[in-house]
Amino acid sequence: MSQEQSFTLDGQPVSFEDGQSIMVAARAAGIYIPHLCFNPEFKAHGSCRVCLTKVNGRIQASCATPAAAGQTVESETEELRDIRCGILQMMFVEGNHICPACEKSGACQLQAVAYYVGMLEPHYPHFYPRRTVDASHPDAVIDFNRCILCELCVRASRDVDGKNVFAVHGRGIHAHLVINTPSGRLGATTFSITDKAAQVCPTGTILIKHRGYESPIGRRLYDRQPVDVAGDVAQVPESQGGRRHD
Amino acid sequence: MAEPSPLAQTIDEIVRSHHGLSTRLLQILREVQDKLSWLSPEAMDRVAEDLGISPDKVRRVAEFYSFLYTQPHGSYDILFSDNITDRMLGNRELLRYLCDRLGVGIGETRADGRVTVGVTSCTGMCDQGPAALVNGYALTRLDKPRLDQIAERVERLAPLPEWPREFFEVVSNIRRADILLGRHFADGAALRAVLERGGRAIVDELIESGLRGQGGAGFKLALKWMSCLDAPGDVKYVVCNADEGEPGTFKDRVLMQEYADLVFEGMTLCGRVLGARQGFVYLRGEYRYMLDALKATLQRRRQVGLLGAAILGDPTFNFDIDIHLGAGAYVCGEESALIESLEGKHGTPRIRPPFPTTHGYLNKPTVVNNVETFAITAKIAAEGGAWYASRGTAESKGTKLLSVSGDCARPGIYEYPFGVAVRQVLEDCGARDAQGVQMAGPAGRTIAPSHYGRQISFEDLATGGSFMVFAKHRDILDGMRNFAHFFAHESCGFCTPCRVGTSLMRDLVDKVHTGRGTRADLEEMRRLGRIMKAGSHCGLGQTAPNSVLYSLDQFPEAWERRLRSTAFEPAFDLDAALGEARRLSGRDDPEAHWLDAHDDDLVRLAKLLPARDASTVPDDDRNLLGAMP
Repeated sequence: MSQEQSFTLDGQPVSFEDGQSIMVAARAAGIYIPHLCFNPEFKAHGSCRVCLTKVNGRIQASCATPAAAGQTVESETEELRDIRCGILQMMFVEGNHICPACEKSGACQLQAVAYYVGMLEPHYPHFYPRRTVDASHPDAVIDFNRCILCELCVRASRDVDGKNVFAVHGRGIHAHLVINTPSGRLGATTFSITDKAAQVCPTGTILIKHRGYESPIGRRLYDRQPVDVAGDVAQVPESQGGRRHD
Repeated sequence: MAEPSPLAQTIDEIVRSHHGLSTRLLQILREVQDKLSWLSPEAMDRVAEDLGISPDKVRRVAEFYSFLYTQPHGSYDILFSDNITDRMLGNRELLRYLCDRLGVGIGETRADGRVTVGVTSCTGMCDQGPAALVNGYALTRLDKPRLDQIAERVERLAPLPEWPREFFEVVSNIRRADILLGRHFADGAALRAVLERGGRAIVDELIESGLRGQGGAGFKLALKWMSCLDAPGDVKYVVCNADEGEPGTFKDRVLMQEYADLVFEGMTLCGRVLGARQGFVYLRGEYRYMLDALKATLQRRRQVGLLGAAILGDPTFNFDIDIHLGAGAYVCGEESALIESLEGKHGTPRIRPPFPTTHGYLNKPTVVNNVETFAITAKIAAEGGAWYASRGTAESKGTKLLSVSGDCARPGIYEYPFGVAVRQVLEDCGARDAQGVQMAGPAGRTIAPSHYGRQISFEDLATGGSFMVFAKHRDILDGMRNFAHFFAHESCGFCTPCRVGTSLMRDLVDKVHTGRGTRADLEEMRRLGRIMKAGSHCGLGQTAPNSVLYSLDQFPEAWERRLRSTAFEPAFDLDAALGEARRLSGRDDPEAHWLDAHDDDLVRLAKLLPARDASTVPDDDRNLLGAMP
């Protein structure tokens, strides 16, 4: 066992073990750093860039940066809040996010993180991409309009479920989520709502059919507590408004 | 069992020639497409089956690279290089001319499947443009008579080998040579040096030389090699980054064409120092025309004992080099994306750390260096570190190759000791009325005349070598718009700030360029640029806003003269949005239009805009009418 090592996060000492990222060490210490593509059950991905922190004066993704003894890490600063807010705004204009009508509203991690960083408007011109909805599966529906390309479903289906149902194709702004079948339809896959892939989406892209709007406004997951207290939607049991199977 | 179809037989043969290795996937797809003109679902499935990988992996790769096509494509694929230097030489007019001659739209395939004509990012022929690629082979010095001849050959289906050789002539234009380009090098001198003196002594020479990576980032070369040398593991790799994608740079093309022995010798030297047995050259797809010659050079080196088994007769010195071709992805110039591509995958930059020196190709310790860097190491091994360090400045030893293009009398390659002033370069290349220089490409910075006294060095103006000159009669914003479109096209799409930010920036630059911008948009560019620089995953997104940000500081008047006097204009065109309603109601009278309250602005802009080079205005630019009062 190595001796105790620590870095400071917004002035507070945080201890860590070898191999831990700043994000993982902060979580273990009960300190929230906003994030979307990070899920503690998976290897860091580093694509959403919401978890940016300033490490010894340099801005880096905390999920992808190894913790090191003596690091000075800043997270809750005005500069980082502004950058995170800008990145969230980009996500909202890139897809088609109609929060008032969305079934995941109130229990959507994207929305909750946007509130957390103080985002009040999408700010940038909407791209209004033409994306589809796939309701071919008997138990689940995919609304591609809401995908932020965190690849959690891709990773969960490939690495946990062993089904490789999802993938991201295309380049640049044309990158998009696809279903790995010749028809591109979820109904043609072995996807099941008991899959890990059905439990990890931080937005309303993957929805379970035959239910909806179960919690009234005011009692939804993130109505009750903000995301830094309630945690990731993938970690909260379904019975409490999250996505994790009970 | 049923006989395999001809398509399957073709693909099986190609996969076999690559020993069924999935690391060769990109190479295999290139060759399959060469035979079939595009990658059909059946073709991709067969490749997947032959390699024993999931069809999804093949599609992922096929959809990522610009030069791979998953839709039917013409037998002749003609792509005009669309760098700002090509535009200065009138490429847009030529593009339209050829499209008219062939009866095909820009970016479209003719109905008979004969030909596709489109545009691509800079093909590295800026000193001999306007340039294009035909089925991947470089065309230079295009003009209308030559396009007539090309169109005629396309119509009668003349095979490329029968086209006149001068269409494909690529000249080197070496205008100034110093210790790298000017001094004779005896093949094998560096390898004899490392055998006589040992790898450690060579590393000491490299330390003394002060050599830094010449790709632009400037990492100390000796540190990189030592880090890889110290990394645990017996299997190590040497990778030469010849994915010269930065618009405006072409010095690696000249080195590979004229000094390939020197580059290969540097790689082999590196292999000996590290104990690596395999090296790769990652050659950008645009330079495919030199592939056969490079392979012949490698073969000759094997025959004379400078490559392969028992180099120089030493049974412990075994090293070989393989060449991989890229397929149109600027992001693969980033070393970890390059390694992904070398492994046969789509080129998304990896999370770093770990760095390639410990976890590179196939997760083994790997040194990735630029073409120019390898060439210099061979010379340093032969001539000594002190010799190299005698040139240059305190922090930037030796010399640098500059690729000079744009508005100058003598575009080409200039080798200078580090520390040369921008003004000197402008004088030497015959740029008499330069209003600005784009240094280090679109990812670099825009320099105004007040900065011409500055030095090219890591202490002052660091550069990978791109040097594009804008004369007084040019509109700097044409360049900025070209660059913004370039980055939006080349973003890999992995991280949010780059994927979305490059498109937002492109739209903002378009808005100002077409006279619909206001001061608020300039502020918006600055904020967006800050977010992209701070937040992006790799160097592409971090540097993508540079040209806009620097030009806002250096050429504020170029932006401001295009602004409307209002404080804010919406990003959408309200009058155009009413177009559908007009069509439905069959009206087109003034009452059916959103009339602009800022007639003064329109008059001013109408005077301004036609004065520009009309060939630089994208074909889809809409009229200026229709903004909110």
